[in-house]
Amino acid sequence: MGERFESVQQVRDGLKAVNYLADDGIAGVAFLADRLGKPILVEGPAGTGKTQLAKSIAEATGSRLIRLQCYEGLDESKALYEWNYKKQLLRIQADRNSDSWSDIHDDIFGDDFLLTRPLLEAITAEDPVVLLIDEVDRVEVETEALLLEILSEYQVSIPELGTITAKQIPMVFLTSNNTRELSEALKRRCLYLHVDYPDMDREKEIVLTKVPGVTENLADQIARIVRSIRQLDLKKAPSVSETIDWARTLVLLGITNIDAQQAKETLHILLKYQTDIAKAAKELSVDK
Amino acid sequence: MLDLLAGFVNELRNAGLPVSLTENLDAMEAVQHIPIEDREAFKYALGATMVKNNSHWRAFETVFEVYFSLRGPEYKLKDGDESDIDEMWREMQEQMRQGEGKGAAGGSMDQLTPEEIAQMLMNALMNGDQAMMRALAKQAVQRFAGMEPGRPVGGTYYLYRTLRNLDLDGMLDKLMEKSKEQVGGELTPLEERLEKDEYNDRIEQFKKEIEAEIRRRLVADRGAEAMAKTLRKPLPEDVEFMHASRDEMQNLKKALGPLTRKLAARLARKRRHGRKGPLDFRNTVRHSLSYGGVPAEPKFKYPRPAKPELMVVADISGSVAAFARFTLMLVYAIQGQFSKVRSFVFIDGIDEVTEYFKSTEDVQEAVHRVNTEADVVWVDGHSDYGHAFEVFWERYGKDVGPKTTVLLLGDARNNYHASQSWVVKEIRSKARHVYWLNPEPRSYWNTGDSIVGEYGTHTDGVYEVRNLRQLEAFVEKLA
Repeated sequence: MGERFESVQQVRDGLKAVNYLADDGIAGVAFLADRLGKPILVEGPAGTGKTQLAKSIAEATGSRLIRLQCYEGLDESKALYEWNYKKQLLRIQADRNSDSWSDIHDDIFGDDFLLTRPLLEAITAEDPVVLLIDEVDRVEVETEALLLEILSEYQVSIPELGTITAKQIPMVFLTSNNTRELSEALKRRCLYLHVDYPDMDREKEIVLTKVPGVTENLADQIARIVRSIRQLDLKKAPSVSETIDWARTLVLLGITNIDAQQAKETLHILLKYQTDIAKAAKELSVDK
Repeated sequence: MLDLLAGFVNELRNAGLPVSLTENLDAMEAVQHIPIEDREAFKYALGATMVKNNSHWRAFETVFEVYFSLRGPEYKLKDGDESDIDEMWREMQEQMRQGEGKGAAGGSMDQLTPEEIAQMLMNALMNGDQAMMRALAKQAVQRFAGMEPGRPVGGTYYLYRTLRNLDLDGMLDKLMEKSKEQVGGELTPLEERLEKDEYNDRIEQFKKEIEAEIRRRLVADRGAEAMAKTLRKPLPEDVEFMHASRDEMQNLKKALGPLTRKLAARLARKRRHGRKGPLDFRNTVRHSLSYGGVPAEPKFKYPRPAKPELMVVADISGSVAAFARFTLMLVYAIQGQFSKVRSFVFIDGIDEVTEYFKSTEDVQEAVHRVNTEADVVWVDGHSDYGHAFEVFWERYGKDVGPKTTVLLLGDARNNYHASQSWVVKEIRSKARHVYWLNPEPRSYWNTGDSIVGEYGTHTDGVYEVRNLRQLEAFVEKLA
């Protein structure tokens, strides 16, 4: 199958070079997906870097990223392919004098009149690509079936043209926020990766790489406070991206050592619900 | 290797994880690409191919630990392999001698006194020294658990014995004091909190090491299959409300969040994508104007399925309290799907608790207030369904209308009081539906003082709701 990576370690180094810190699970599964030629289904809480993983893999392997954003009501003509009706019409009108029907018929269902959409584009691409199917849990269960052929066989069947098979197997990432159970058929075809909040050390590393100008000491404090906050019973725990935002804010404010007062004043960057903010402030005894 | 994997997959299926044949084949292929000595990578390879649901990960991890715990260099059991630990121990001694000017007796760890072990553990926890913690866990189990081959006791017994000897709670206090000393003065509350979390985390880690060590020894003693069987636990959605342990309760709570989100999304979708409403005559005629009076484009009314009004009447005495709590939490989490939700709780008296849920966004807090503040005791605090229903009818009966669905939650164990089942009959004649949810297994119904059958005849259905899966199925049917 694909040979983008030599070893798990290489995946990790590659990702690190583009500022994405992968843990054992992430690097291991990405390596396997490459070797087995299977898509990865990435699940996890919002803001833990699921989409970023696909982007970073693309960057690390020097591939083009093709992204399909899923939403309710997504259909074949927006995900797979569509016939260019206007062009077909023009073609017929231009040829009005010729009377060979079969010529025209064959002609207007050719490659020239096909509008490729992300999935077909990923299949037909000559250059290496990474296909990202974002928030796949947003489409209806019926629409999921659209993806099955491409995910298991890497091919698209177009009734008028026949089957188009991939020239090279792209890396495919599907992300899901788990708002509904995905179908068994889809899950079976994918490798499963659950991306959770990082542990303290990794979070600190992430802050250090992502936020320019942050000191070791500050990053350590940030990671520790965020971990304590995540242990509370909140409506929405702070995500990694929110941690980074918070770190950036603190750096901008020129803070090198967080004290209770400053933490309280900037807590709204980390937490988005008033009840959560109040709770965190109280729990961290910041409110005294 | 193949045999081992086959046994492993078999055990996963026994534990309730759906592993299909193709997934099994994928796993076989995947492990060929992984260097076999890398235990973590091996685990993730199996996990990624066979476990497709995050709530099953824990079950997978347990089975994995049992089947593959004796493999890998750092997990050897025999004494001859402990040289690296002894070495570490000697280094540690050096440090102590340098640091404090005194040293414990040299040699192997086996000769230490319990106090010295405690001291070492404290240092290890203080510095977060993982290798040392692992070695100490091994030592502690060997010393305190008193494990005997072939003895038919569960791992929890050994765990309890080991932990009792280590006194980890006291350890936390000592650690806190020590870190205060180091800083030289008082910590700010924020710092104190952070330090405490840090140490708690390390102690948790240490406990896990001990658990793993005990498990390894038990596996060595009894064999993987027998061990896996004793460790088999139901998945969170299959845990019974009435018999859940504290840990399982925590997991249930965690599982409830995503579940309600999914349920709400599904219900909303169902509502939106239901069949079209009846023909909208006016709208059709208006649009026909653009076709010269021909009604070419029929217009339909927007479908508006009625949202039911819900009244939840829950027994919150003793054993069924957990069940009532989960049902209330679930109902309130998806209250957008109902036009109105009112809730009542009772033991032998009854009280309305709707206000608690209205005044706060936090369902957990509301449930807590229900348990502590609601006035539900009338005489002796033993369930009396008859009296509770009677009072309900007297006070709130007039609010039951043709749009109302009434849910009665409880095991109907009435302590041989009068049943007053006429109330349920009356409610049913006024309400749209009356359902009874019983957290007991069906085979226990109508045994002893349970009179669910007597109430049940007057309802539209009695449902067995023992776990989250059944609760979810029922609520979906309801909305």
